[in-house]
Amino acid sequence: MNSFDNSTLNKESLRIEAERVCVDYNGTVALYDASLNLKGGCICGLVGMNGAGKSTFFKALMGFVRPSTGTIRINGLEVARAQREQAVAYVPQNEEVDCSFPVSVWDVVMMGRYGSMNMLRIPRQSDRKAVWHALERVELLDLRNRPIGSLSGGQRKRAFLARAIAQRASVLLLDEPFSGVDVRTEKLMAELFLQFRHEGRTILISTHDLSHVRDFCDLVVLINKTVLAYGETSKVFTPENLTMTFGGMPPNLLSGPTPSEGFNG
Amino acid sequence: MNEFFISFQPASLLFDPLSHEFMRRALLVSALVGGVCGLLSCYMTLKGWALMGDAVSHSVMPGVVVAYALGLPFSIGAFVFGVGSVALIGFVKQKSRIKEDTVIGLVFTGFFALGLVLVSKIKSNIDLMHILFGSPLGISIEDIHQTLIISAIVVAVLLIFRRDLMLYCFDPTHARSIGINTGLLHYMLLSVLSLAAVAGLQTVGIILVVAMLITPGATAYLLTDRFDRMTIIAVTSSALASLVGVYVSYWSDIETGGSIVLVQTIFFLLAFLFAPRYGILKYQFSNPIR
Repeated sequence: MNSFDNSTLNKESLRIEAERVCVDYNGTVALYDASLNLKGGCICGLVGMNGAGKSTFFKALMGFVRPSTGTIRINGLEVARAQREQAVAYVPQNEEVDCSFPVSVWDVVMMGRYGSMNMLRIPRQSDRKAVWHALERVELLDLRNRPIGSLSGGQRKRAFLARAIAQRASVLLLDEPFSGVDVRTEKLMAELFLQFRHEGRTILISTHDLSHVRDFCDLVVLINKTVLAYGETSKVFTPENLTMTFGGMPPNLLSGPTPSEGFNG
Repeated sequence: MNEFFISFQPASLLFDPLSHEFMRRALLVSALVGGVCGLLSCYMTLKGWALMGDAVSHSVMPGVVVAYALGLPFSIGAFVFGVGSVALIGFVKQKSRIKEDTVIGLVFTGFFALGLVLVSKIKSNIDLMHILFGSPLGISIEDIHQTLIISAIVVAVLLIFRRDLMLYCFDPTHARSIGINTGLLHYMLLSVLSLAAVAGLQTVGIILVVAMLITPGATAYLLTDRFDRMTIIAVTSSALASLVGVYVSYWSDIETGGSIVLVQTIFFLLAFLFAPRYGILKYQFSNPIR
Protein backbone atom coordinates (compact mmCIF):
# COMPACT_ATOMS: atom_id res chain seq x y z
CA MET A 1 0.00 0.00 0.00
CA ASN A 2 1.44 3.29 -0.99
CA SER A 3 0.15 6.01 1.26
CA PHE A 4 2.29 8.46 -0.56
CA ASP A 5 -0.31 9.78 -2.94
CA ASN A 6 -2.28 11.09 -0.02
CA SER A 7 -5.36 10.40 -2.10
CA THR A 8 -7.21 10.17 1.18
CA LEU A 9 -6.63 13.82 2.03
CA ASN A 10 -10.00 15.44 2.28
CA LYS A 11 -10.12 18.68 0.35
CA GLU A 12 -13.19 19.95 2.12
CA SER A 13 -11.80 19.76 5.62
CA LEU A 14 -10.14 22.83 7.05
CA ARG A 15 -6.34 22.64 7.03
CA ILE A 16 -5.52 25.95 8.66
CA GLU A 17 -7.82 27.70 11.09
CA ALA A 18 -6.50 30.89 12.63
CA GLU A 19 -8.97 32.79 14.74
CA ARG A 20 -8.33 36.33 15.93
CA VAL A 21 -4.65 35.64 16.50
CA CYS A 22 -2.57 38.26 18.27
CA VAL A 23 1.19 37.93 18.71
CA ASP A 24 3.36 40.32 20.59
CA TYR A 25 7.05 40.23 21.38
CA ASN A 26 7.61 41.72 24.82
CA GLY A 27 4.86 44.27 24.32
CA THR A 28 5.57 45.06 20.66
CA VAL A 29 2.59 43.96 18.61
CA ALA A 30 3.65 41.99 15.56
CA LEU A 31 0.24 40.69 14.55
CA TYR A 32 -3.24 41.37 15.82
CA ASP A 33 -6.68 40.02 15.19
CA ALA A 34 -5.53 37.89 12.28
CA SER A 35 -8.06 35.34 11.11
CA LEU A 36 -7.71 32.90 8.26
CA ASN A 37 -9.38 29.68 7.19
CA LEU A 38 -7.86 27.54 4.46
CA LYS A 39 -9.26 24.30 3.10
CA GLY A 40 -7.32 21.41 1.65
CA GLY A 41 -6.18 21.64 -1.94
CA CYS A 42 -5.45 25.30 -2.33
CA ILE A 43 -2.49 27.51 -3.08
CA CYS A 44 -2.56 30.67 -1.06
CA GLY A 45 -0.22 33.64 -1.26
CA LEU A 46 0.64 35.54 1.91
CA VAL A 47 1.50 39.02 0.74
CA GLY A 48 2.83 41.96 2.67
CA MET A 49 5.80 44.20 3.15
CA ASN A 50 8.87 43.28 5.17
CA GLY A 51 7.93 43.52 8.80
CA ALA A 52 4.23 43.24 8.03
CA GLY A 53 4.00 40.08 10.10
CA LYS A 54 4.36 37.39 7.44
CA SER A 55 7.10 35.54 9.24
CA THR A 56 5.36 36.04 12.58
CA PHE A 57 2.28 34.45 11.09
CA PHE A 58 4.38 31.53 9.84
CA LYS A 59 5.98 31.17 13.24
CA ALA A 60 2.58 31.12 14.88
CA LEU A 61 1.38 28.46 12.44
CA MET A 62 4.45 26.38 13.26
CA GLY A 63 4.03 26.86 16.98
CA PHE A 64 7.27 28.81 17.43
CA VAL A 65 5.49 31.77 18.95
CA ARG A 66 2.44 31.44 21.12
CA PRO A 67 -0.41 33.79 20.30
CA SER A 68 -1.23 36.05 23.25
CA THR A 69 -4.88 35.70 22.27
CA GLY A 70 -6.69 33.72 19.64
CA THR A 71 -6.35 30.12 18.52
CA ILE A 72 -4.65 28.27 15.73
CA ARG A 73 -5.58 24.80 14.59
CA ILE A 74 -3.96 22.73 11.86
CA ASN A 75 -6.08 19.90 10.48
CA GLY A 76 -8.39 20.53 13.40
CA LEU A 77 -5.59 19.82 15.88
CA GLU A 78 -3.57 21.99 18.19
CA VAL A 79 -0.33 23.08 16.57
CA ALA A 80 1.94 20.96 18.78
CA ARG A 81 -0.18 17.89 18.08
CA ALA A 82 -0.23 18.63 14.35
CA GLN A 83 3.57 18.91 14.41
CA ARG A 84 3.89 15.48 15.95
CA GLU A 85 1.61 14.13 13.24
CA GLN A 86 4.01 15.59 10.64
CA ALA A 87 1.24 17.80 9.27
CA VAL A 88 3.31 20.96 8.75
CA ALA A 89 6.39 21.30 6.58
CA TYR A 90 8.39 24.48 6.29
CA VAL A 91 10.52 25.16 3.23
CA PRO A 92 13.12 27.74 4.24
CA GLN A 93 14.74 30.46 2.22
CA ASN A 94 18.11 29.39 0.92
CA GLU A 95 19.99 31.86 3.10
CA GLU A 96 18.45 30.46 6.28
CA VAL A 97 20.30 27.17 6.06
CA ASP A 98 24.00 26.58 6.63
CA CYS A 99 24.95 25.00 3.34
CA SER A 100 28.53 24.25 4.29
CA PHE A 101 27.11 21.55 6.56
CA PRO A 102 28.52 18.11 5.69
CA VAL A 103 25.32 16.42 4.53
CA SER A 104 24.31 15.03 1.15
CA VAL A 105 21.10 15.81 -0.71
CA TRP A 106 19.85 12.36 0.27
CA ASP A 107 20.56 13.08 3.96
CA VAL A 108 18.63 16.35 3.79
CA VAL A 109 15.56 14.75 2.25
CA MET A 110 15.79 11.90 4.76
CA MET A 111 15.42 14.51 7.51
CA GLY A 112 11.82 14.84 6.36
CA ARG A 113 11.27 11.28 7.57
CA TYR A 114 12.78 11.74 11.06
CA GLY A 115 9.49 12.57 12.68
CA SER A 116 8.04 9.25 11.54
CA MET A 117 11.02 7.17 12.65
CA ASN A 118 11.89 5.66 16.00
CA MET A 119 14.12 7.47 18.47
CA LEU A 120 17.36 6.35 16.85
CA ARG A 121 16.12 7.57 13.46
CA ILE A 122 17.16 4.44 11.64
CA PRO A 123 15.62 4.54 8.16
CA ARG A 124 13.38 1.66 7.12
CA GLN A 125 12.78 0.51 3.59
CA SER A 126 9.64 2.65 3.41
CA ASP A 127 11.61 5.74 4.44
CA ARG A 128 14.18 5.14 1.72
CA LYS A 129 11.38 4.66 -0.80
CA ALA A 130 9.76 7.92 0.23
CA VAL A 131 13.06 9.79 -0.11
CA TRP A 132 13.73 8.20 -3.50
CA HIS A 133 10.25 9.09 -4.69
CA ALA A 134 10.51 12.68 -3.42
CA LEU A 135 13.88 13.15 -5.15
CA GLU A 136 12.36 11.80 -8.34
CA ARG A 137 9.55 14.31 -8.20
CA VAL A 138 11.91 17.28 -7.85
CA GLU A 139 14.28 15.82 -10.45
CA LEU A 140 17.28 15.59 -8.15
CA LEU A 141 17.76 11.84 -8.12
CA ASP A 142 21.02 12.08 -10.07
CA LEU A 143 22.47 14.51 -7.56
CA ARG A 144 21.41 12.60 -4.45
CA ASN A 145 24.95 11.86 -3.29
CA ARG A 146 26.24 15.37 -3.77
CA PRO A 147 26.91 17.55 -0.72
CA ILE A 148 24.12 20.06 -0.26
CA GLY A 149 26.59 22.94 -0.50
CA SER A 150 27.58 22.01 -4.06
CA LEU A 151 24.06 22.61 -5.37
CA SER A 152 22.83 25.74 -7.10
CA GLY A 153 20.21 27.92 -5.42
CA GLY A 154 17.40 26.39 -7.42
CA GLN A 155 18.54 22.83 -6.83
CA ARG A 156 18.85 23.53 -3.12
CA LYS A 157 15.31 24.87 -3.06
CA ARG A 158 14.14 21.68 -4.74
CA ALA A 159 16.00 19.57 -2.20
CA PHE A 160 14.11 21.26 0.64
CA LEU A 161 10.88 20.86 -1.29
CA ALA A 162 11.68 17.15 -1.59
CA ARG A 163 12.13 17.04 2.16
CA ALA A 164 8.61 18.42 2.60
CA ILE A 165 7.31 15.84 0.11
CA ALA A 166 9.08 13.03 1.96
CA GLN A 167 7.54 14.29 5.18
CA ARG A 168 4.10 13.88 3.56
CA ALA A 169 2.91 17.05 5.21
CA SER A 170 -0.58 18.20 4.38
CA VAL A 171 0.29 21.86 5.02
CA LEU A 172 3.33 23.38 3.30
CA LEU A 173 4.68 26.75 4.35
CA LEU A 174 7.09 28.27 1.84
CA ASP A 175 9.12 31.39 2.48
CA GLU A 176 9.89 33.35 -0.71
CA PRO A 177 10.11 30.16 -2.79
CA PHE A 178 10.76 31.96 -6.06
CA SER A 179 13.63 34.16 -4.97
CA GLY A 180 16.96 33.23 -6.52
CA VAL A 181 15.81 30.17 -8.46
CA ASP A 182 16.44 29.30 -12.08
CA VAL A 183 13.74 29.01 -14.74
CA ARG A 184 13.72 25.22 -14.67
CA THR A 185 13.18 25.15 -10.93
CA GLU A 186 10.45 27.74 -11.17
CA LYS A 187 8.57 25.74 -13.79
CA LEU A 188 9.01 22.54 -11.82
CA MET A 189 7.80 24.16 -8.62
CA ALA A 190 4.73 25.53 -10.39
CA GLU A 191 3.92 22.02 -11.63
CA LEU A 192 4.51 20.54 -8.20
CA PHE A 193 2.24 23.10 -6.54
CA LEU A 194 -0.57 22.13 -8.91
CA GLN A 195 0.04 18.46 -8.10
CA PHE A 196 0.02 19.24 -4.37
CA ARG A 197 -3.26 21.05 -4.77
CA HIS A 198 -4.67 18.07 -6.60
CA GLU A 199 -3.48 15.81 -3.79
CA GLY A 200 -5.39 17.92 -1.32
CA ARG A 201 -2.46 19.66 0.33
CA THR A 202 -2.60 23.27 1.37
CA ILE A 203 0.24 25.49 0.25
CA LEU A 204 0.87 28.84 1.86
CA ILE A 205 3.47 30.98 0.11
CA SER A 206 4.91 33.98 1.87
CA THR A 207 6.17 36.51 -0.64
CA HIS A 208 6.31 40.10 -1.72
CA ASP A 209 6.60 39.13 -5.37
CA LEU A 210 3.17 39.99 -6.76
CA SER A 211 3.58 38.57 -10.26
CA HIS A 212 4.10 35.07 -8.94
CA VAL A 213 1.08 35.37 -6.70
CA ARG A 214 -1.04 36.34 -9.67
CA ASP A 215 0.27 33.38 -11.67
CA PHE A 216 0.15 30.61 -9.10
CA CYS A 217 -2.18 31.36 -6.24
CA ASP A 218 -5.88 30.60 -6.02
CA LEU A 219 -6.23 32.62 -2.89
CA VAL A 220 -4.36 35.55 -1.51
CA VAL A 221 -4.02 37.00 1.97
CA LEU A 222 -2.98 40.62 2.25
CA ILE A 223 -1.27 41.29 5.52
CA ASN A 224 -0.04 44.32 7.38
CA LYS A 225 0.05 43.60 11.10
CA THR A 226 -3.35 42.01 10.56
CA VAL A 227 -5.21 40.32 7.73
CA LEU A 228 -6.35 43.22 5.56
CA ALA A 229 -8.21 41.09 3.07
CA TYR A 230 -8.34 37.56 1.87
CA GLY A 231 -10.15 35.67 -0.82
CA GLU A 232 -9.82 34.71 -4.45
CA THR A 233 -6.79 36.26 -6.06
CA SER A 234 -8.73 37.96 -8.85
CA LYS A 235 -11.07 39.63 -6.37
CA VAL A 236 -8.56 40.60 -3.71
CA PHE A 237 -5.82 41.80 -6.03
CA THR A 238 -7.29 45.24 -6.60
CA PRO A 239 -5.19 48.39 -6.82
CA GLU A 240 -6.91 49.78 -3.71
CA ASN A 241 -6.13 46.68 -1.66
CA LEU A 242 -2.54 46.64 -2.81
CA THR A 243 -2.12 50.30 -1.96
CA MET A 244 -3.48 49.51 1.45
CA THR A 245 -1.05 46.63 1.88
CA PHE A 246 2.04 48.36 0.62
CA GLY A 247 1.14 52.00 1.12
CA GLY A 248 1.52 51.86 4.87
CA MET A 249 -1.97 53.09 5.62
CA PRO A 250 -3.07 52.11 9.09
CA PRO A 251 -5.41 49.15 8.89
CA ASN A 252 -8.08 50.77 11.00
CA LEU A 253 -8.85 53.10 8.09
CA LEU A 254 -10.25 50.10 6.33
CA SER A 255 -13.95 50.38 6.27
CA GLY A 256 -16.82 50.40 3.88
CA PRO A 257 -17.39 47.90 1.09
CA THR A 258 -14.71 45.36 0.55
CA PRO A 259 -14.32 42.96 -2.31
CA SER A 260 -14.04 39.80 -0.31
CA GLU A 261 -16.40 37.97 1.99
CA GLY A 262 -13.33 36.79 3.83
CA PHE A 263 -12.57 40.26 5.04
CA ASN A 264 -11.46 40.39 8.57
CA GLY A 265 -13.18 42.41 11.23
CA MET B 1 67.40 8.71 8.55
CA ASN B 2 67.66 4.94 8.96
CA GLU B 3 70.33 5.29 11.56
CA PHE B 4 68.11 7.61 13.49
CA PHE B 5 65.42 4.98 13.82
CA ILE B 6 67.80 2.11 14.45
CA SER B 7 69.64 3.93 17.16
CA PHE B 8 66.34 4.75 18.87
CA GLN B 9 64.74 1.36 18.21
CA PRO B 10 61.11 2.09 17.32
CA ALA B 11 59.85 -1.01 19.11
CA SER B 12 61.25 0.08 22.43
CA LEU B 13 60.13 3.62 21.68
CA LEU B 14 56.61 2.25 21.53
CA PHE B 15 56.64 -0.47 24.17
CA ASP B 16 59.07 0.67 26.88
CA PRO B 17 56.67 3.25 28.32
CA LEU B 18 54.00 0.56 28.63
CA SER B 19 55.98 -1.10 31.40
CA HIS B 20 55.03 1.78 33.66
CA GLU B 21 51.62 1.67 35.32
CA PHE B 22 51.29 5.48 35.17
CA MET B 23 51.97 5.46 31.41
CA ARG B 24 49.38 2.77 30.74
CA ARG B 25 46.83 4.81 32.67
CA ALA B 26 47.81 8.03 30.94
CA LEU B 27 47.56 6.49 27.49
CA LEU B 28 44.19 4.89 28.26
CA VAL B 29 42.63 8.02 29.73
CA SER B 30 44.05 10.37 27.12
CA ALA B 31 42.91 8.26 24.20
CA LEU B 32 39.47 7.82 25.75
CA VAL B 33 39.03 11.49 26.54
CA GLY B 34 40.45 12.40 23.14
CA GLY B 35 37.93 10.19 21.39
CA VAL B 36 34.98 11.45 23.43
CA CYS B 37 35.91 15.10 23.00
CA GLY B 38 36.58 14.43 19.32
CA LEU B 39 33.05 13.11 18.85
CA LEU B 40 31.58 16.12 20.60
CA SER B 41 33.81 18.51 18.67
CA CYS B 42 31.90 17.69 15.47
CA TYR B 43 28.76 19.18 16.98
CA MET B 44 30.62 22.12 18.52
CA THR B 45 32.23 23.20 15.25
CA LEU B 46 29.11 22.65 13.15
CA LYS B 47 26.88 24.46 15.62
CA GLY B 48 29.37 27.32 15.93
CA TRP B 49 29.80 26.79 19.64
CA ALA B 50 33.59 27.14 19.89
CA LEU B 51 33.28 30.12 22.19
CA MET B 52 30.63 28.32 24.22
CA GLY B 53 33.06 25.42 24.70
CA ASP B 54 35.65 27.84 25.96
CA ALA B 55 33.14 29.41 28.33
CA VAL B 56 31.91 26.15 29.79
CA SER B 57 35.38 24.68 30.27
CA HIS B 58 36.56 27.75 32.17
CA SER B 59 33.37 28.01 34.19
CA VAL B 60 33.68 24.52 35.66
CA MET B 61 36.69 25.69 37.68
CA PRO B 62 34.87 26.93 40.81
CA GLY B 63 32.68 23.84 40.66
CA VAL B 64 35.72 21.62 40.97
CA VAL B 65 36.91 23.52 44.03
CA VAL B 66 33.51 23.63 45.75
CA ALA B 67 32.92 19.93 45.11
CA TYR B 68 36.29 19.15 46.58
CA ALA B 69 35.54 21.22 49.68
CA LEU B 70 32.22 19.40 50.13
CA GLY B 71 33.77 16.00 49.52
CA LEU B 72 31.75 15.32 46.37
CA PRO B 73 33.06 13.87 43.13
CA PHE B 74 34.31 16.94 41.35
CA SER B 75 32.50 16.03 38.15
CA ILE B 76 29.24 16.91 39.89
CA GLY B 77 30.45 20.35 40.92
CA ALA B 78 31.89 20.95 37.48
CA PHE B 79 28.66 19.89 35.83
CA VAL B 80 26.55 22.22 37.98
CA PHE B 81 28.78 25.21 37.29
CA GLY B 82 29.18 24.38 33.60
CA VAL B 83 25.44 24.26 32.99
CA GLY B 84 24.92 27.16 35.40
CA SER B 85 27.28 29.38 33.43
CA VAL B 86 25.37 28.71 30.23
CA ALA B 87 22.04 29.41 31.91
CA LEU B 88 23.50 32.65 33.25
CA ILE B 89 24.79 33.62 29.80
CA GLY B 90 21.33 33.05 28.37
CA PHE B 91 19.70 35.04 31.18
CA VAL B 92 22.02 38.07 30.94
CA LYS B 93 21.73 38.11 27.16
CA GLN B 94 17.96 38.06 27.33
CA LYS B 95 17.62 40.68 30.02
CA SER B 96 20.17 43.20 28.79
CA ARG B 97 21.18 44.86 25.56
CA ILE B 98 24.69 43.40 25.64
CA LYS B 99 25.77 41.27 22.70
CA GLU B 100 26.19 37.53 23.16
CA ASP B 101 29.96 37.24 22.69
CA THR B 102 30.46 39.98 25.28
CA VAL B 103 28.19 38.17 27.73
CA ILE B 104 30.04 34.90 27.17
CA GLY B 105 33.41 36.55 27.80
CA LEU B 106 32.05 38.32 30.84
CA VAL B 107 30.49 35.29 32.49
CA PHE B 108 33.25 32.76 31.95
CA THR B 109 36.06 35.04 33.11
CA GLY B 110 33.99 35.85 36.18
CA PHE B 111 33.51 32.18 36.97
CA PHE B 112 37.16 31.43 36.28
CA ALA B 113 38.30 34.21 38.58
CA LEU B 114 35.96 32.91 41.28
CA GLY B 115 37.60 29.53 40.86
CA LEU B 116 41.07 30.97 41.27
CA VAL B 117 40.05 32.88 44.40
CA LEU B 118 38.40 29.80 45.90
CA VAL B 119 41.46 27.66 45.28
CA SER B 120 43.64 30.13 47.13
CA LYS B 121 41.17 30.52 49.99
CA ILE B 122 39.83 27.01 50.63
CA LYS B 123 42.37 24.86 52.39
CA SER B 124 42.71 21.80 50.23
CA ASN B 125 45.33 19.80 48.49
CA ILE B 126 43.99 20.68 45.06
CA ASP B 127 46.94 21.45 42.88
CA LEU B 128 46.03 24.50 40.84
CA MET B 129 48.50 23.54 38.17
CA HIS B 130 46.79 20.16 37.72
CA ILE B 131 43.44 21.80 37.15
CA LEU B 132 44.82 24.41 34.80
CA PHE B 133 47.12 22.23 32.76
CA GLY B 134 46.03 18.64 33.44
CA SER B 135 48.13 15.78 34.72
CA PRO B 136 47.42 12.57 32.88
CA LEU B 137 50.68 11.07 34.11
CA GLY B 138 49.58 11.38 37.71
CA ILE B 139 45.98 10.28 37.35
CA SER B 140 44.53 8.23 40.19
CA ILE B 141 42.41 5.11 39.85
CA GLU B 142 39.33 6.95 41.17
CA ASP B 143 39.80 9.61 38.53
CA ILE B 144 39.98 6.91 35.90
CA HIS B 145 36.69 5.46 37.10
CA GLN B 146 35.11 8.89 37.01
CA THR B 147 36.42 9.50 33.52
CA LEU B 148 35.08 6.15 32.36
CA ILE B 149 31.62 6.91 33.69
CA ILE B 150 31.57 10.40 32.22
CA SER B 151 32.77 9.12 28.86
CA ALA B 152 30.13 6.40 28.82
CA ILE B 153 27.37 8.94 29.50
CA VAL B 154 28.62 11.39 26.87
CA VAL B 155 29.05 8.72 24.21
CA ALA B 156 25.65 7.17 24.97
CA VAL B 157 23.86 10.51 24.66
CA LEU B 158 25.71 11.47 21.50
CA LEU B 159 25.04 8.11 19.88
CA ILE B 160 21.38 7.81 20.82
CA PHE B 161 20.57 11.36 19.77
CA ARG B 162 23.11 11.71 17.01
CA ARG B 163 20.56 12.22 14.24
CA ASP B 164 18.46 14.63 16.27
CA LEU B 165 21.51 16.61 17.33
CA MET B 166 22.78 16.75 13.77
CA LEU B 167 19.40 18.00 12.59
CA TYR B 168 19.37 20.51 15.44
CA CYS B 169 22.75 21.87 14.34
CA PHE B 170 21.80 21.89 10.66
CA ASP B 171 18.23 23.13 10.63
CA PRO B 172 16.63 23.78 14.04
CA THR B 173 13.54 25.25 12.38
CA HIS B 174 12.76 22.00 10.63
CA ALA B 175 13.53 20.05 13.78
CA ARG B 176 10.97 22.08 15.69
CA SER B 177 8.38 21.95 12.95
CA ILE B 178 8.35 18.15 13.01
CA GLY B 179 7.77 18.12 16.74
CA ILE B 180 11.32 17.57 18.04
CA ASN B 181 11.96 19.29 21.36
CA THR B 182 14.89 21.51 20.38
CA GLY B 183 15.06 23.17 23.80
CA LEU B 184 15.75 19.77 25.30
CA LEU B 185 18.42 19.07 22.68
CA HIS B 186 20.03 22.44 23.37
CA TYR B 187 20.44 21.72 27.07
CA MET B 188 21.37 18.13 26.39
CA LEU B 189 24.25 19.29 24.20
CA LEU B 190 25.30 21.81 26.84
CA SER B 191 25.20 19.20 29.60
CA VAL B 192 27.28 16.83 27.54
CA LEU B 193 29.69 19.68 26.85
CA SER B 194 30.07 20.32 30.58
CA LEU B 195 30.73 16.64 31.20
CA ALA B 196 33.26 16.43 28.39
CA ALA B 197 35.00 19.52 29.73
CA VAL B 198 35.38 17.78 33.08
CA ALA B 199 36.79 14.71 31.40
CA GLY B 200 39.16 16.79 29.30
CA LEU B 201 40.28 18.67 32.37
CA GLN B 202 42.03 15.50 33.55
CA THR B 203 44.28 15.26 30.56
CA VAL B 204 44.92 18.69 29.12
CA GLY B 205 43.53 20.95 31.84
CA ILE B 206 41.00 23.74 31.81
CA ILE B 207 42.98 26.13 29.64
CA LEU B 208 43.49 23.76 26.75
CA VAL B 209 40.38 21.59 26.93
CA VAL B 210 38.65 23.81 24.42
CA ALA B 211 41.23 22.68 21.87
CA MET B 212 40.06 19.08 22.36
CA LEU B 213 36.50 20.29 21.78
CA ILE B 214 37.23 22.16 18.55
CA THR B 215 40.37 21.03 16.75
CA PRO B 216 39.42 17.42 15.84
CA GLY B 217 36.06 18.59 14.46
CA ALA B 218 37.73 21.32 12.42
CA THR B 219 40.30 18.85 11.07
CA ALA B 220 37.65 16.33 10.09
CA TYR B 221 35.46 19.04 8.55
CA LEU B 222 38.24 19.81 6.06
CA LEU B 223 38.49 16.16 5.06
CA THR B 224 34.93 15.12 4.30
CA ASP B 225 31.47 16.20 3.22
CA ARG B 226 29.64 13.53 5.19
CA PHE B 227 28.62 13.90 8.79
CA ASP B 228 29.13 10.24 9.72
CA ARG B 229 32.61 10.18 8.21
CA MET B 230 33.38 13.45 9.95
CA THR B 231 32.62 11.91 13.35
CA ILE B 232 34.79 8.87 12.60
CA ILE B 233 37.70 11.00 11.41
CA ALA B 234 37.40 13.36 14.39
CA VAL B 235 37.31 10.54 16.95
CA THR B 236 40.21 8.68 15.34
CA SER B 237 42.44 11.71 14.83
CA SER B 238 41.74 12.99 18.33
CA ALA B 239 42.45 9.66 20.04
CA LEU B 240 45.56 9.17 17.94
CA ALA B 241 46.78 12.69 18.69
CA SER B 242 46.32 12.01 22.41
CA LEU B 243 48.35 8.80 22.23
CA VAL B 244 51.12 10.41 20.19
CA GLY B 245 51.06 13.43 22.50
CA VAL B 246 51.54 11.30 25.61
CA TYR B 247 54.43 9.37 24.00
CA VAL B 248 56.12 12.55 22.83
CA SER B 249 55.70 14.02 26.27
CA TYR B 250 57.24 10.92 27.85
CA TRP B 251 60.24 10.70 25.56
CA SER B 252 61.09 14.36 25.31
CA ASP B 253 60.06 15.23 28.87
CA ILE B 254 57.65 17.98 27.93
CA GLU B 255 54.34 19.05 29.42
CA THR B 256 51.68 16.43 28.49
CA GLY B 257 48.62 18.63 27.94
CA GLY B 258 50.53 20.98 25.70
CA SER B 259 52.05 18.08 23.83
CA ILE B 260 48.64 16.50 23.09
CA VAL B 261 47.13 19.74 21.87
CA LEU B 262 50.19 20.52 19.75
CA VAL B 263 49.91 17.16 18.00
CA GLN B 264 46.23 17.90 17.34
CA THR B 265 47.15 21.28 15.94
CA ILE B 266 49.73 19.65 13.66
CA PHE B 267 47.03 17.25 12.43
CA PHE B 268 44.85 20.25 11.67
CA LEU B 269 47.66 22.00 9.81
CA LEU B 270 48.24 18.89 7.71
CA ALA B 271 44.56 18.81 6.79
CA PHE B 272 44.60 22.54 6.16
CA LEU B 273 47.45 22.12 3.69
CA PHE B 274 46.81 18.75 2.11
CA ALA B 275 43.07 17.98 2.40
CA PRO B 276 42.00 16.53 -0.97
CA ARG B 277 39.16 18.93 -1.57
CA TYR B 278 39.47 21.74 0.95
CA GLY B 279 43.23 21.98 1.56
CA ILE B 280 44.84 25.25 0.51
CA LEU B 281 47.36 23.49 -1.73
CA LYS B 282 44.46 22.03 -3.69
CA TYR B 283 43.15 25.52 -4.19
CA GLN B 284 46.58 26.70 -5.34
CA PHE B 285 46.86 24.03 -7.99
CA SER B 286 43.28 23.94 -9.14
CA ASN B 287 43.18 27.67 -9.82
CA PRO B 288 46.44 28.26 -11.67
CA ILE B 289 45.16 31.42 -13.31
CA ARG B 290 44.48 33.21 -10.10
